[in-house]
Amino acid sequence: MVALLSADAIWQVLEHVPDPEIPAVSVVDLGIVREVSRGRVVITPTYTGCPATQVIERDIRTALDAAGFGAVAIDTTLSPPWTTDWISEAGRAKLKAYGIAPPVPAGQRAVECPQCGSRETEEISRFGSTPCKAQWRCRDCLEPFDLFKCH
Amino acid sequence: MFETLLRLGDDSLILGQRLGEWCGHAPSVEVDLSLANMGLDLIGQATHFLGAAGAAEGQGRDGDALAFHRDVLDFRNCWLVEQPNGDFAQTMARQLLFSTWQEMLFGHLEASADETIAAVAAKAVKEVRYHAELAAEWVIRLGDGTEGSRRRMAAGLDWMWRFVPELFEMDDAATAAAARGIGADVAAFREDYDARIRGVLAEATLETPKDQRPILGGRRGHHSEHLGHILAAMQFLPRTYPDATW
Repeated sequence: MVALLSADAIWQVLEHVPDPEIPAVSVVDLGIVREVSRGRVVITPTYTGCPATQVIERDIRTALDAAGFGAVAIDTTLSPPWTTDWISEAGRAKLKAYGIAPPVPAGQRAVECPQCGSRETEEISRFGSTPCKAQWRCRDCLEPFDLFKCH
Repeated sequence: MFETLLRLGDDSLILGQRLGEWCGHAPSVEVDLSLANMGLDLIGQATHFLGAAGAAEGQGRDGDALAFHRDVLDFRNCWLVEQPNGDFAQTMARQLLFSTWQEMLFGHLEASADETIAAVAAKAVKEVRYHAELAAEWVIRLGDGTEGSRRRMAAGLDWMWRFVPELFEMDDAATAAAARGIGADVAAFREDYDARIRGVLAEATLETPKDQRPILGGRRGHHSEHLGHILAAMQFLPRTYPDATW
């Protein structure tokens, strides 16, 4: 029972650790935290070369220590590989509110402009400001925006 | 094991470093971001492979030690990745030939008997697919473009073409790794590779370059003069200031 409570408490701490590149969402929203159990937190990198990975681990460490979970270890796993399907519904809503179009599920092509909601959008570049984003533009409101790439 | 990981890691490291040279020099800001992002993906792969190589060797060397404190003769990358960037067309020729191969290689390595290799391959193959697509799009756009872009694209392919056979070389170490289930039998997907490249070139209205005498030896430490220059730039800081941290 105590173990269960502390796992819940750890999840609550992690829910307040923002992603360093997209601070509107937490590391839990993004699906970076895979598991909390038996005194350890398991995290997984989004992209192989994402420079935020090290910062994320450090931020989680700082938050855990501050909440009195100094004994909890952090492990990193590559397998199974992270996918954008692991971003929570809450995370997707937060991304959109922040101005980043959430990843489009496989099979669905239309990307919605996070500003005006139009589906008349087009890709400018497959690569954007971070490894996880592409640059898009809206043909209706003419605003450029970031799309969280389906991955 | 060490050898297999080194070959994988050095390919990614050297091409990642090469792409980094474009930073701030690409034809447009979008292309600049693309090249830097691909470089970042490759450096990420190298970090995993070389870290695992250091652990497999068991001599106390980590990924950084392998990247920054080895000399030319100790590098095991193929010749293709160390070739100069040239113009943008030449860079895209190299990227198409390499990323198409690496995508197929990682597809096979997802089933590797080694857990680390399988995990990195499964993770990175999604990123590499993006690299191969991007390169194919540019090769088609430049090849089927203006007279000038077409000439440059053909010249870039011509430069890189002689380094393709090395990608499919099965020397003793590669054969042994494949037999143990940790490496891939690259010869098995040569035909698929050729068909895919031919498809891109046909769409780009470019002729398949003539086969030339293949150049081999990178996997055993024989390299072009270009690698030394890459290492000079890449290794200068950690070698000159061994205690530097960042």
